[in-house]
Formats: sequence, C-alpha cells, structure tokens
Amino acid sequence: MKVYVVLKQTFDTEEKIVIRDGAVSEDGVKFVINPYDEYAVEEAIRLKERSGGQVTVVSVGPDRAAEALRTALAMGADEAVLISDDRLSDEYAVSEALAAFLTDQAFDLILGGNFSVDNGAGQVAVRLAELLGIPHVSSIVKLEAPGGGSAVVQRDAEGDLETLDVSLPALFTAQQGLNEPRYPSLPGIMKAKKKPFKRLTADDLGLTADRLEGRTARTSLSLPPVRQAGLILQGDLPQQAAKLVELLRTQSKVL
Amino acid sequence: MSETYLVFAEHRGGKLRQVTLEALQAAAVAADDGGVRIAAVLIGHNAGALAEALAGYPVSDIHVIEDASLEHYNPEAYLHALAELCGAVRPVAVFLGHTALGRDLAPALAARLKAGQLSDVIAVERSGDETVFTRPLYAGKAFEKKVFRGTPWIVTVRPNNIPPAAVGGLATANVAKHDYTAPSSLRTIVKDVVRQTSGKVDLTEAKIVVSGGRGVKSSDGFKPLEELAELLGGAVGASRGACDAGYCDYALQIGQTGKVVTPEIYIACGISGAIQHLAGMSQSRIIIAINKDPEAPIFKVADYGIVGDLFEVVPLLTEEFRKALA
Repeated sequence: MKVYVVLKQTFDTEEKIVIRDGAVSEDGVKFVINPYDEYAVEEAIRLKERSGGQVTVVSVGPDRAAEALRTALAMGADEAVLISDDRLSDEYAVSEALAAFLTDQAFDLILGGNFSVDNGAGQVAVRLAELLGIPHVSSIVKLEAPGGGSAVVQRDAEGDLETLDVSLPALFTAQQGLNEPRYPSLPGIMKAKKKPFKRLTADDLGLTADRLEGRTARTSLSLPPVRQAGLILQGDLPQQAAKLVELLRTQSKVL
Repeated sequence: MSETYLVFAEHRGGKLRQVTLEALQAAAVAADDGGVRIAAVLIGHNAGALAEALAGYPVSDIHVIEDASLEHYNPEAYLHALAELCGAVRPVAVFLGHTALGRDLAPALAARLKAGQLSDVIAVERSGDETVFTRPLYAGKAFEKKVFRGTPWIVTVRPNNIPPAAVGGLATANVAKHDYTAPSSLRTIVKDVVRQTSGKVDLTEAKIVVSGGRGVKSSDGFKPLEELAELLGGAVGASRGACDAGYCDYALQIGQTGKVVTPEIYIACGISGAIQHLAGMSQSRIIIAINKDPEAPIFKVADYGIVGDLFEVVPLLTEEFRKALA
C-alpha cells in the first residue's frame, strides 16, 4: 500500500505567543510536527509494518519544516518532499500546491491531521481530497486494515461515533485517540539521514498565478487581553462555596 | 439581480442548532443592509419541517433538500447537494457553523467552488466597504483579522461567540423544495452512527462547562462533576492530563489540542493550568478554579478561586447551586 502523509510543522503547544513587527515571533521557539499530523504519520507507519508498502511524507512550508519531515523519516517514513514558496499564503494556495504534486503520484491512501494547532483552520487536507477527486473522512479515531479496495473508519463527530466504509484511494484526517505516536529511535534517526529528501518550489510544480495567490489576506494581528487573577475565597469550605454562588449572582450576574 | 448570502442551517435531533442562528447573524452583519438577500438551506431527512422554525428570522429564501438518504451526514452526499444548490443560487458567500459537520463540509465546498475560506470566525464587522472577520490563532493565544480577496466566500463561525439572530424583520420567506438525486457512484457509505451524546449539551455550545484534570484521579472521579454539570444544564470537559491518564474520552479534551470552549462559566476542577489548556478556555466569561495547590497556574486566570480538595468542594458547590436555583 502506498501512503502519503501531509504534515505541517507547528509551534510546540506549550509555547507562548509574542508579536514583533506585526508578525508572530519565532525567536527561540520549539517546533514540532503538528500533533494531529503526528498521529497520521504513526498510522501510516503502522500500516506499512502490518502489510508492507511505502510511506511518503509531504509538507508545504519554509526551510525549517525540513526538520519535521526528518523526524517523520526517523519515525519510519521512507521518503520526504518539502514544497517551499513564500507566495503560498493561505489554505487555498497550499492545497493547490499539494494537489499539483500529488496528482502525478500513485497512491492508495492520504493521511493528514484533523487541524493544525497554529492556524486551526482545518481546511488543507479536506480541500486536497476534493481537488484530487477522492473521498475523505475527517477526524478519524480508528482505521481498520484497509483491503479489497476499501477501508472502514470510525469518525469522532462531537462525541458521537460514526462508522464509514470508503473506497480507496481516499483521504483521512486523524483525531486524537487514533494511536500513540512513537518517538524516533537512535537507529531511526541515523537511517533517516540517508532517506530520499526532495525539495520543490511552486515553479517546479507549474503552479499558475491563479492557483498561487491566496483568496484571503490578514489585515491585523493581536494578542488577547491578559486575564487578571481574581479573588481567592477565604473561610471554611462550606462558607466559600456559599460565597462563590452569591458572588456569581450579585457580582458577575451570570446566574 | 441582488447578491445572495447562503446560510447552511444545521440541525440536530429535529431542532435548529444554536450556531445556525449565529451564522445567520454573521451573514446579516456582513450584508450590512446592502441589498443582499439572505437565504438558508436545510438538508436532511424531513428537514423541511424546520422551515417553520427559520421563518421568523431575517431570511428571504429557505431552500429545502430532503431525502431519506440524507438522514446521516455523508461527506460526499451533502457536498453534492450543497454544491448543486450553489450552482443554482450562485451565492457570493456561504456561512456554516464551525461544528463537526461544518468543519468537514466547508473546505470541500471551498475547494469545489475555488473559494477562499475563513474558519472558526468569532466576530464579523464592516469597515468601510470591507467585511472584516476575526479568528483565533494558536487556539486563542493570538487573534487575526482577515478579509477575502475575490468571491465567493466560505465562512465557518465558532459556536457561542456571535450573538444569535433575532426574530423579526421579514414577515414571510419563500420556501423552495429541491429534488435530490444522489450522486451516481457514492464512494462513502455511512454504516453506523452511535449517538453517545444524545440528550447531552454539546461541549462547544454549552453555557456552563465543568472540567476535570488529573486531580479527579479516576473515571469515577468525574461523577461529582457530571452531577454539577447536569444541575446547571452544562457540559463536562477535561484537561489533556485527565484524557491521557484514561479517566475520560478524548472527545472531552479542552485545549490547544482538543476543543476550544467559550462558555459563560468555566469551572476548572483539579486542573493545574498548563499553557496548552489555558489556550482552550481563557476566553470564557467567568473562570472558577478549584485546586488543592494554591500555587497552581490556573488561579492566575481565574475570576474566583477555591483552594481545596475538589471532592469536598464540588459537592458543596452543587448543594449551593441547587439552593440558589430552587
């Protein structure tokens, strides 16, 4: 089975956000594979370990994203592709670039994350499926060994569980709970250095201006107001509980 | 002919979802009385029955696509139905809720229509001739304002943030029923739907969230939290720590991984307040923290704090709320 995983490099979720010169500062920030994409990488490697095949990881991003792809190779993916172009500014353009690359590849399955923890738009993977003309299911928590040209997946829909049968090739996005991603092993890290790593630009993919230019643009960026620490209640616990309910009614007026 | 904004009227359990009214309001603000027609579309089995529920709101046209095969959400079938309607109505903008369904359907529609999309929008405003949309980054650690370049627009709105549309404005709406023909080759089949949440309040739409962390110690430890949530008509959430420890399902997780919630009251029980958790709940109106450790970071963002064992405090609180609500 030939599996492609689309992934994004993101800030670690414990990072604080600092705005400098109208942009989010990357100084000293720890970068990781987007946690939801990491589930997708792990699932692809498990499929390969069970029934053979090949796993290719693909990312659209700046040079630093190469590190995330190398981590995926160290986990067990076979080859990596990094598409870099500053003009690819929004989800429309990024999905067009991925589609331009993938349309020339043969694959049975594409996996990605449910959303990225930075932009949180959750668009690229689903758009990609539509652009490639293949079915998709988002937010899966279970992928049953695909075979016979189809796969059975379970989807988390706001706590409800949906089971779907989908013919391949198809695209699925991973939700938390799908698996527990492994850490790269030392031999894995050594082997990763020798695995094929391809770099492409939008021009290499023959992307025309119409597909390159974003359909949305940012006009401002800001931090939320800092919350102030409030009142720590005093007295014995029954008194505190009574006081809290009273304050919710009289001071906060939320009851 | 005037331009049309189309609102995807999501429903659940035979009722319109609250986020549908919020999406309607987002469309109304964007339209700015500029001669834009606001239309709504109902898709589903017997969805037409809900046309009446929509009729009081500022909507000119209600499109109904109903078929027994549309009872459960099927990505391909719903996209097919909605894209066909968009082909006929040619909306300049389509608004949906940023829900499990909307998050799945909107990007597919955007790709089909070669459209830009702004996801998880929390505010809409007019600025000169432009409509400006505010949305979170890093789950709310930062916010950006964005505009569209060209049309059509696809917008998903985060539940609980934009005030719902008010009844009134238009006396009557045209109801148009459309025939539905399933796509000739459906590659996706919905085999089973387990409604684990039926009768429960959806976490992202809840006005009150009672949330548990590692301090709940076990899945049984969530029981007092569930009791309090039920009394208040709220929902139960959890921190990553509680989910990773196996005390509850990942569907309950609140944070930068997991769900972002913005209720009126957020009650954090036994949650220390890691940065990634704070990102998912800091925009709540009132935050209450209950924790044994007076140094827990959660107290730095809480409006009210009680230092104490949650297993003592939560039942006391439940009792006090019961008295107050009686």
